[in-house]
Amino acid sequence: MTLNSESVIVNVGPQHPSTHGVMRLRVAFDGELVTDAEMVIGYLHRGSEKLAEERTFTQVVTLTDRMDYVASMTNNQAYILAVEKLAGIEPTPRGVWLRMISAELQRIVSHLVAVGFLLQDLGAMGTPLMYTMREREDVLDLFELLCGARITNSYHRPSGVFQDAPDEFWPRLELFMANMPGRIDEYEQLISGNEIILSRMRGVGVIQPDMMINASITGPMLRAGGVDWDLRHRQPYEYYDRVQFDRPIMDESDNYSRYLVRVYEMRESLKILRQCIDQIEPGPARDADVPFVIRPPEGDAYVPIEGPKGELGFYLVSDGGISPYRCKVRPPSLINLTLLREMVIGLPMAAMIVTFGTVDINMGEVDR
Amino acid sequence: MIGMGLMRGLAVTMKTAIRGPVTVQYPDRRVGLLGAAREADLSFFRFLVRRPKDAVKAVAGFATVEAKIVQGTRFRGQDFNWYEERCTGCASCAKFCPLGIIKIETSPSGKLQQEGEVFNIDVFDIDIGRCMFCGICVEVCPYDALHMGSGFERGQYERKNLVITVEELKAKKKTPSTWFRPQQEAAGYNPHSGEDRPWTEAGRHEQPGDKKLTERWVDER
Repeated sequence: MTLNSESVIVNVGPQHPSTHGVMRLRVAFDGELVTDAEMVIGYLHRGSEKLAEERTFTQVVTLTDRMDYVASMTNNQAYILAVEKLAGIEPTPRGVWLRMISAELQRIVSHLVAVGFLLQDLGAMGTPLMYTMREREDVLDLFELLCGARITNSYHRPSGVFQDAPDEFWPRLELFMANMPGRIDEYEQLISGNEIILSRMRGVGVIQPDMMINASITGPMLRAGGVDWDLRHRQPYEYYDRVQFDRPIMDESDNYSRYLVRVYEMRESLKILRQCIDQIEPGPARDADVPFVIRPPEGDAYVPIEGPKGELGFYLVSDGGISPYRCKVRPPSLINLTLLREMVIGLPMAAMIVTFGTVDINMGEVDR
Repeated sequence: MIGMGLMRGLAVTMKTAIRGPVTVQYPDRRVGLLGAAREADLSFFRFLVRRPKDAVKAVAGFATVEAKIVQGTRFRGQDFNWYEERCTGCASCAKFCPLGIIKIETSPSGKLQQEGEVFNIDVFDIDIGRCMFCGICVEVCPYDALHMGSGFERGQYERKNLVITVEELKAKKKTPSTWFRPQQEAAGYNPHSGEDRPWTEAGRHEQPGDKKLTERWVDER
């Protein structure tokens, strides 16, 4: 005997904790299985790209903080690299090392948030999220020492960073580096072998690598599908060609491998941090001759970096004035979401939420 | 074996349960009887004998101490610090504020005219209700007159109370943040110590109208 069922359309969000911000998913269900999904975005649109056109090049740094607000440092870094390419500014070596240190710390934070909230999506209310937030707090304290703010850093400036790290920063960083591997072991002990998590995440939300490449999906999501694509390795920016690190690649392309890639990348970030601390050289953290108001020559520049969520790029056009003529962001979150429909069709409701979580999006970046 | 992964996870939870808490019970945390005695700087028995009322309070769980949050000296806080002696009224801060929330009105004073004149500041309003604490106003200040604050407890019931006026800035005890002020950091100044920082020690270079500055400017011409 078969039951006749009608498909039901459910709105998930916009105000829903599992949508990681303000996003609406219109999902058609047949019974418990998803038959169609459509995402409705734009609730957090603040017009950052337009606002950038009436701010000077340095003032735009404050806008980039608010795009991906769990990874402000990498946003600052991508924007500043684009400005430096546009204006032909040569950064000071110490400034570059400090930028790399802050960006790698930020990558750890972003992956911690991704892992913690993924478990929250799985229904593990509180506990794993609190563990990851505990370590995130350590990094945010480090950021507070560096630049006086925890989330909206605005630390990077053309030609380096705005101020050298204070003396008390380095012992605190060493302490964090000493603690962190043990803490990552704890997450793995808590999560990686858990049978409930294995049964709910293995083989769920599978997407083929060629589809991901066609949709220009980047970041941990692509590397979980077996594609060796990391811009830090392929097109080294800053001093990433002077550090050695492994690129974790998984083949399964399911939710579990996306989670594992993030955990392994945290360890690689620690490795990079260690090499940065060893190689950092004394000197000015910023070129004092670079003025606050920059007038780049006419032209355009696009610089992609490997953000925590994928390829993060800023495209800047200058007409020779003090502010960008056009500023366009390539947000990894938005582009990684494009295949969400293909990923969730056929999954039950609970697995759909988890799949959505492993994409690791940030609505501030999707809508800008 | 099925179930081992769960057990290993629970072991982590148990390990964390016996570790100390990492959270800070802001704004104040409860101290028990022993903690209250330690706070009063008395031995346990003396505390019981000499201050029985407080001891009862402590047992009932009402004895609290202020929970201090450790902050960096560069913390970009809400209460801006402004030195009228250093300010010339050039309005660089107002010009470079990305949100345009600083309002300055000046009138000519006739002082130091050949150096570009020091103006009287009649209005200096910072609307921190719209401020995003990027600190660019501090970064561009050529005379180190404006500094970020070090505090964050400025909750108000009305929006209009969030505007910092020139009188408030003048009357305020100066605890400037060391954000973008490397000279303060080099001097080892910690704004959270509560020490009032005089204007003569806050700047990175000569104050406007300094004799040395005048001489240098004349020489360069």
